[in-house]
Amino acid sequence: MSTSSKNSMATADYEMVIGLEVHCQLKTQTKAFCACRTSFGAVPNENTCPVCLGLPGALPVLNQHAVELATTASLALNCIVHSESIFARKNYFYPDLPKGYQISQFDKPLATEGHLNIGLIENGQPVVIRITRVHMEEDAGKSVHDRFASSSAIDLNRSGTPLVEIVSEPDIRSSSQAGAYVRTLKQILEYVDVSDANMEEGSLRVDVNISARPRGTTAFGTRTEIKNLNSITGVERSVEIEFARQCSVLTAGGTIVQQTMLWDGHKEQIRPARSKEASHDYRYFPDPDLPPLVLSEQFISDKRRALPELPDARRARFSSQYEIPAADIDVLTATVQMADRFETIAATSSDAKRAANWVLGPLQASANASGIPLHEHPVSAKRLGDLIRLEVEGKVSNTAARQIFTFMESSNDDANVIAEREGLLKISDDSALVVWIDEVIAEFPAEAARFLGGEQKLQGVLVGHVMRKSKGSADPKKLNQLLAARVKLA
Amino acid sequence: MNRAEVEALIIVDAATTASRVRSREQSSLLALAAAKSQMESANLGRNGLNAILYSDADGALRAAGELGAQFTYSKTKSNFALAGVPVMVKDNIATLSMPTTCGSNILAGYVSPFEATAVKKLRASGALLLAKTNMDEFGMGSSTENSAVGPTFNPIDNTRVPGGSSGGSAVAVATGTVRIALGSETGGSVRQPASFCGIVGVKPTYGRVSRFGLVAFGSSLDHIGVFGKSVDDAALGLQVISGRDANDSTSAAVDVPDFRGHREVKSSAPLVGIVVGWPREYFPESLDSNIRALCERTRDALRSLGAEIREVSLPHTDLAVPVYYIVAPAEASSNLARFDGVRYGIRAESDSLRELYENSRSQGFGAEVTRRILLGTYVLSAGYYDAYYKRAQSVRQLISQDFARVFASGVHVLLTPTTPSTAFKLGAKSDPYEMYLSDIFTVTANLAGIPGMSLPIGRVDRLPVGGQLLASHFDEETMFRVAYALEHALGASAHQ
Repeated sequence: MSTSSKNSMATADYEMVIGLEVHCQLKTQTKAFCACRTSFGAVPNENTCPVCLGLPGALPVLNQHAVELATTASLALNCIVHSESIFARKNYFYPDLPKGYQISQFDKPLATEGHLNIGLIENGQPVVIRITRVHMEEDAGKSVHDRFASSSAIDLNRSGTPLVEIVSEPDIRSSSQAGAYVRTLKQILEYVDVSDANMEEGSLRVDVNISARPRGTTAFGTRTEIKNLNSITGVERSVEIEFARQCSVLTAGGTIVQQTMLWDGHKEQIRPARSKEASHDYRYFPDPDLPPLVLSEQFISDKRRALPELPDARRARFSSQYEIPAADIDVLTATVQMADRFETIAATSSDAKRAANWVLGPLQASANASGIPLHEHPVSAKRLGDLIRLEVEGKVSNTAARQIFTFMESSNDDANVIAEREGLLKISDDSALVVWIDEVIAEFPAEAARFLGGEQKLQGVLVGHVMRKSKGSADPKKLNQLLAARVKLA
Repeated sequence: MNRAEVEALIIVDAATTASRVRSREQSSLLALAAAKSQMESANLGRNGLNAILYSDADGALRAAGELGAQFTYSKTKSNFALAGVPVMVKDNIATLSMPTTCGSNILAGYVSPFEATAVKKLRASGALLLAKTNMDEFGMGSSTENSAVGPTFNPIDNTRVPGGSSGGSAVAVATGTVRIALGSETGGSVRQPASFCGIVGVKPTYGRVSRFGLVAFGSSLDHIGVFGKSVDDAALGLQVISGRDANDSTSAAVDVPDFRGHREVKSSAPLVGIVVGWPREYFPESLDSNIRALCERTRDALRSLGAEIREVSLPHTDLAVPVYYIVAPAEASSNLARFDGVRYGIRAESDSLRELYENSRSQGFGAEVTRRILLGTYVLSAGYYDAYYKRAQSVRQLISQDFARVFASGVHVLLTPTTPSTAFKLGAKSDPYEMYLSDIFTVTANLAGIPGMSLPIGRVDRLPVGGQLLASHFDEETMFRVAYALEHALGASAHQ
């Protein structure tokens, strides 16, 4: 029996239980407790000062903007934001942790008791994952082991960058739920504009707590923690592999050791971290350098009122407001920028369905081809909307509109200017159409004869010839009328 | 400058010196020259009283020169409260011009790239920073015997300690070298050496003076304090360094009143309307009878100045030392984690990261610091936190409430002995716990965050005795009012 089928037999008897801890870098200009910049990609140790270097005598001062963003994130995740929270010190030694402790929140976090609808329907019910807590903390620096031959280097640019840690309840039961949770969370954090939530750059990092238990039981098994996950695929694959490993250990009568596992995304392998990393006593205690964080009811309600429309609500509104298929709505609401752009185009063009087709069709294709984000495409929402309106109002054909779009990509001219200049406005003027019809009849005498002889199906062929001759500007409706009239005459 | 000239200059208080310099009646270099001369006569250096770790005579001279030029060409002089006044600063307060080593090997050679807010304020007021003073390593001690460079000696009897941990600053002021020096306190490290050396030592309200640049020991207990040769020197020094600082989240946005408003004692009963509390827990049966007698003499002096004396009770006082020796080491164990040999200070030879930490810290820290780190690590450990740290914080609340209740009842200041004994012999307290008990009357103010000060009230066998005044939060003004009147009334008897 192969390993994989043995595993699948084992896994069938067990249920996966997962809780996720997501660290998310807040989009502030400056660090959590000092005025250093947070920009990504600076020269090592450029963005540092006595505070984030942990020099003797330096003291932290909380960044108000970080508090605002953390509050917004908490509210977007349906949490209760507490009027008082406490910063604590998490003590451990590591070279990239210059103070020997990380300022975090422990027994009185910023927010608790949230929940997240992860957009899956299972057994007829939406899957909702409870969120235990959202707390603020500072990031550590980075140890660099591959830069110098015989020594490690430390870059403290990241030291003191503000983070929120979002901790879920162990409510997740499958790799696809885990993936959907991260995807939904990332989308919400982007929607409320508190974070770049970029997993590759490390502004969104996921730790997984995973255990296995016999199906039908309710007690939790011993869990392991998987760290270093920097992609959604990594989350999904690593939990599958770790779950299979736990199941085979349990099936063989073994016990799971509580430990930290490291994920190697390239090799798709999981291995235990050195055991010492798992056995910390962090000796948390309230940070005496920082008074309790007190938020007024007014502040919290202001932040709540300022929340933008969240993805769920936006999807629901799109589905009731516009006649667009559900799959298209998901794409159109994927990011705020996409959704905003679509809505401007829809409003300008006054035809949402056609606007959706344009966004998901030519606009998306063009953005993909030129490798720029859709919301930065040179044809602005307003310009594209105007173009689509020409089509909606029957002034240009779809074919002509696509040609106009191509011109618009390389110039700032408006759609109607291009249409006129390039002769792409629909020609419904009888005299012009009659000339083209006569020419086509002359050029394709055989088809023309059969058509005029009563073969209705050839009308399309002749229309096609005229359209080509007119470069798409002929009004097909009018053209059909004129051709039909010719048959009657004949 | 001859000896008589030096002696004529060093008896002039700081306010007078500054005023003469501002009015260009006296050169901005003169007081500094006297201080430098006295520093040598009093033998404050490594081979003498060992009060000074680093000095920067050139820097001070340069500052004095610049200051003089400023007064020649500028008309805005009123801000220079310490114009031309030489000062010294404890070695755990960050300075650009000299190393900041906290009396520890682990910071050997460390020069801070930034300056403490208190030091900036001193400089901005025209003070001339002359030296950094010896201390118990990281402030952990009550005798200045725990310095990596050896003990400081008491100038009155050099077989005795000057107190600590700010012993070097106390000696600098006691010898008349400077009129004002900064110290720091976590449990009495300014008031206790002030008492042992016969000078004035003030610990302000927690939050009154920025801690930015003060190397942390126990952050919730740490204060920068001021030594003065007289009450007015201390009040003036504190005036200059007080105020809200955006760099210290625990500094208070509270207006700084004029601490020196009552410096001129005009009537024979200047304390009418003032209620002085006499807390019975600070006068136990076991208290040295000579110290008790001096406190009683002080009490009577206050009464004859018009104050009402009222016996009060602070029932949780005996819990203060145990609470202190949980909270302070706990915070210290975390505050001192940054000294790991990785970025600055000494780095020991090692083959692995773990060894780097272990060797650097073992070699860098002295015995008392190591003891407190271990103690603090223990009380914060999983399974012990609730029993020790959390419980200690609850008891700390009770101690604060004791004070709050007494002050709410109409008492303005409390009078207590500063220390249970006079300066003890070097090496006399080899048992750490016995040493810890020398803070028994001072730690309460650090735990509660209230202001306190020690001023000389007499001597026993030639050795100075300090009386302690405690006041309610941010009421240094009343505390100084009582101190000015008392200093005036006691006159020379404060030093006899």
